[in-house]
Amino acid sequence: MIYWELFLAFFIPGILGYGGGPASIPLVENEVVGRYGWMTTQEFSEVLALGNSLPGPIATKMAGYIGFMEGGVLGAGVALFATVAPSLILMVLLLGLIMKFKDSPRVKQMSTLVRPTIAVLLGVMTWGFFADAIEATGTTQTIVLAVISFVLMERFKVHPAIVIAGALLYGAIFLGS
Amino acid sequence: MVDGGKQGKLFLAFFRVGIFGFGGGPSSIPLVHKEVVEHYKWMDKDEFSDVLALGNAMPGPIATKMAGYIGYRVGGVFGMINAVVATTVPTVVAMILLLTVLNTYKDRPWVNGMSQAVVPVVGVMLAVLAWDFVKKSKSSFGWVLTVVMIAASLFLLEWLNVHPAILILSLLLYALIFGKEKKKETPPAGQVSGGDTQ
Repeated sequence: MIYWELFLAFFIPGILGYGGGPASIPLVENEVVGRYGWMTTQEFSEVLALGNSLPGPIATKMAGYIGFMEGGVLGAGVALFATVAPSLILMVLLLGLIMKFKDSPRVKQMSTLVRPTIAVLLGVMTWGFFADAIEATGTTQTIVLAVISFVLMERFKVHPAIVIAGALLYGAIFLGS
Repeated sequence: MVDGGKQGKLFLAFFRVGIFGFGGGPSSIPLVHKEVVEHYKWMDKDEFSDVLALGNAMPGPIATKMAGYIGYRVGGVFGMINAVVATTVPTVVAMILLLTVLNTYKDRPWVNGMSQAVVPVVGVMLAVLAWDFVKKSKSSFGWVLTVVMIAASLFLLEWLNVHPAILILSLLLYALIFGKEKKKETPPAGQVSGGDTQ
C-alpha cells in the first residue's frame, strides 16, 4: 500500500526531526533509500542537490517530489501531510500545555541532547555526498567545486542560491562531456 | 494593501516566505518575522519569539509549524491550511517541474554535468550545517562530552546499524525521564567557566 508507506516514510522524520527540516533530511534518506528503496543514494543526493537550488522549505520539497514520483498527486499530498501535519496539530492542540513548559529545562534538554546525533547524521550524509561526487566527477573537480563554494558562501556570504546557480552553469559547460 | 481579505493576506505573506527563502525552512524564519511582525503586525516581537520557542520545542520542520500556527491564530483552521499551503505547495510544484524537465533531458551531457556539479556544493552546505550542530552541542555540553556523544552516535549508527529513529527516540525519552527539572536560569554553579560570553 504505497500511500500508507509514503505516510510512514515521512511521518517518522517529521515527528523525530528536532532542529527543523534540514536536520531531518538524513532521516528521510534512511526511509526512502534504506527502508523502501524508492531511490538509490545517488538519486537521492541529486534530488536533494537540485531541491536546494530552489527556494522554500527543503523537507516539504523532498516529501512533495518523492510522494509525486511514487504515488502521483495524491502521493505528494500524503507525503506533505505526513511531514507537516503531525507536529503542527500537536503544536496547536497542546498549545497551552507547551506554553507552560517551553522554558522548562527538561524540554530544552530534549532538543539539546539529540544535537550530537543529528550532527553525526548530517556528517555521514556529507561524507556520502563527497564520495558520490568523487566517483562521478573525480577528485580534482570535487575539491575545486567544494573549496570555491565554501569560500563564496562562508567567507563572502554569497547567497547559496547564486552559488548553486553558478555551479549548475559550470557543470553544464565544463562537465557536460 | 488593496484587498482587505484576511485569508488573502495570509496567503500572500506565506507565499513570499516560501518563494524567497533559500536554504530550507530555518533560514526563512527572518522572512516570517518580517511579514508577520513588521508588515502585517499580526503579533508583536515578544509574541513572535514565544511562538518560535514553542515551535522549536516541538519536532518537525519549523517553517510549516510557524506558518500553520500563525495562520491558525489569524484565520482559524482555514487560515492554518491556507498558510501551510502557501508556504509549501508553490515550491513543491516548482520542484516537480524542474526535476521532470531535467529527467526528460537526462541523457544530454549538459544536464548530467549540471547535476554532477551541484553535488559538491550541497555537500559543503551539509557540512556547514553539521558543523553548526557540533558547535551548538559544544556550547551546551563542552568539547569532551560532545566528542564522546558524537563517537557513540557514530558507533551505534554506522557499526551497529541502529535505526536513527530508535536512537533519537531513546535520547528524547532519556531527557524526558532523567532531565533535571530545576535549574532556574541560575548560572550553572561554578565549573562551566568556558561557556560562551558573547
